[in-house]
Amino acid sequence: MNIVVLVKQVPDSGADRNLRNDDNTVDRGSANNVINEMDEYAIEEALKIKEAHGGEVTILTMGPDRATESIRKALSMGPDKAVHVLDDALHGSCAVATSKVLAAALGQLGADLVICGAESTDGRVQVMPHMIAERLGVAALTGARKLTVDGATLTVERQTEEGYEVVTASTPAVVSVWDTINEPRYPSFKGIMAAKKKPVQTLSLADLGVAADEVGFDGATSAVVEHSKRPPRSGGAKITDEGEGGVKLVEFLATEKFV
Amino acid sequence: MSEVLVVVEATKEFGVKKVTLEMLTLARELGTPSAVVLGGAGAAEALSGKLGEYGAEKIYAAEGDEIDGYLVAPKATVLAELVKRVQPAAVLLASAQEGKEIAARLAVKLDNGILTDVVGLDADGTATQIAFAGSTIVKSKVTKGLPLVTVRPNSVTPAPAAATPAIEQLSVSVTDTDKLATVVERVAEQKGSRPELTEAGVVVSGGRGVGNADNFKLVEELADLLGGAVGASRAAVDSGFYPHQFQVGQTGKTVSPQLYIALGISGAIQHRAGMQTSKTIVAVNKDGEAPIFELADFGVVGDLFKIVPQAAEEIRKRK
Repeated sequence: MNIVVLVKQVPDSGADRNLRNDDNTVDRGSANNVINEMDEYAIEEALKIKEAHGGEVTILTMGPDRATESIRKALSMGPDKAVHVLDDALHGSCAVATSKVLAAALGQLGADLVICGAESTDGRVQVMPHMIAERLGVAALTGARKLTVDGATLTVERQTEEGYEVVTASTPAVVSVWDTINEPRYPSFKGIMAAKKKPVQTLSLADLGVAADEVGFDGATSAVVEHSKRPPRSGGAKITDEGEGGVKLVEFLATEKFV
Repeated sequence: MSEVLVVVEATKEFGVKKVTLEMLTLARELGTPSAVVLGGAGAAEALSGKLGEYGAEKIYAAEGDEIDGYLVAPKATVLAELVKRVQPAAVLLASAQEGKEIAARLAVKLDNGILTDVVGLDADGTATQIAFAGSTIVKSKVTKGLPLVTVRPNSVTPAPAAATPAIEQLSVSVTDTDKLATVVERVAEQKGSRPELTEAGVVVSGGRGVGNADNFKLVEELADLLGGAVGASRAAVDSGFYPHQFQVGQTGKTVSPQLYIALGISGAIQHRAGMQTSKTIVAVNKDGEAPIFELADFGVVGDLFKIVPQAAEEIRKRK
């Protein structure tokens, strides 16, 4: 099975994150950039399917030059190769335009199965799998906590508010996964060394047949008008329990009219 | 005034979800709200009373297995046809899994911008979003097409405004491509009578400090006494104390209740990302240096196994 995993480089969610003041895009320059955490679960799932059913795993990333670090990191887990969509004109692209570019790249790669994280930790927009599926005219099985592959048939357990749904489709398809699906492996030393030699193909917008004015700020379908930092919360009263902590807690709730 | 389409979120068990009422309230500021029910046979009829109470002047319904038996694609197709026909001033969906997914497909079908996790929407289409784990406020606009936004639960206070909507059944014309992902089974997992996590006014969450699955009874007891929902930190979920769908945080649900009580939760960024826009935060933790106290309006340093039962007892006394 030819599997493509979408990997996005994001600013580390454990550190302070900002939008740039000049163009309101995510500040990736001063941030510690990492693989979007959910994507590691997607890579793991792809590797497990390859191990069980054979095939090839390709990483697909759209991002600036420095996304190369994340591509090598992803490859060190075990995928075979990577494709990096790299073009200065992409800066400022909205979700709709991003899906156009990724769909064009996936069209060239001819994937049987596209796996991605359910959302990224920067935008948390959660729209990409269905946008791509809509463009490619393939099934999207999203929010998977379990994925079973039986020949060309995919079955997914999808978490919902009320419980879960069992959803099935045939390949080609897009599957998005939550962090409940598996436990991603750590790259081995051998894996890290091997990743340095794995092929990474760079594709430009011209290679994909997407016009520059369809992406970036020119092609954006939405715009950030302004942004500001929310005032940080400051801690209030803190008491140490000396036998009356529970009562004091309820007294606080009572003054706030919760009881 | 032009119509504003509100795509209804509802469950079989509880009917119309609160976020739908919030969207109807928001929609009234922008135009005339029309509710869109996309679901199983008879869904609109069952929901019409409540939707009217909150100002839906009209209900569009697309119902049946063609809609409900597949994952979101048929819903997006029907909605896209409706949008092209009625040319609404805006389309609002819930900022939850399905709402975002329908909106995603709609955006591609109409080549229209999309804004998610919106907590406020002005008449000129400017949306307010909360980004980066509640640390940043963003004002954005759709610049191509109509305002297509998903609204985060607990963003506005639902206000009733009586209307008596007529139901218009939409002809369903889904394509074969819409029917590629078949829903084989829907399994309800026990949740009891507690409110839904993202919509609850009160959330009581437990973390690693709760110690084991059995001890979560303490968290549940306090939640029930306050009429709240139960949440859990990632550490608690990863340790198997509580099911994943109740996880609050960066890789779980984002909640914004009136009152959030954190029990045995240290307050790592992972967790704070999902709860720091809560109105009032109360924390109980044995470590006085735990970062959760930096957020808490009221904190108790001590043993939650002593403090929580005592608090529960005190609430019972006052009732």
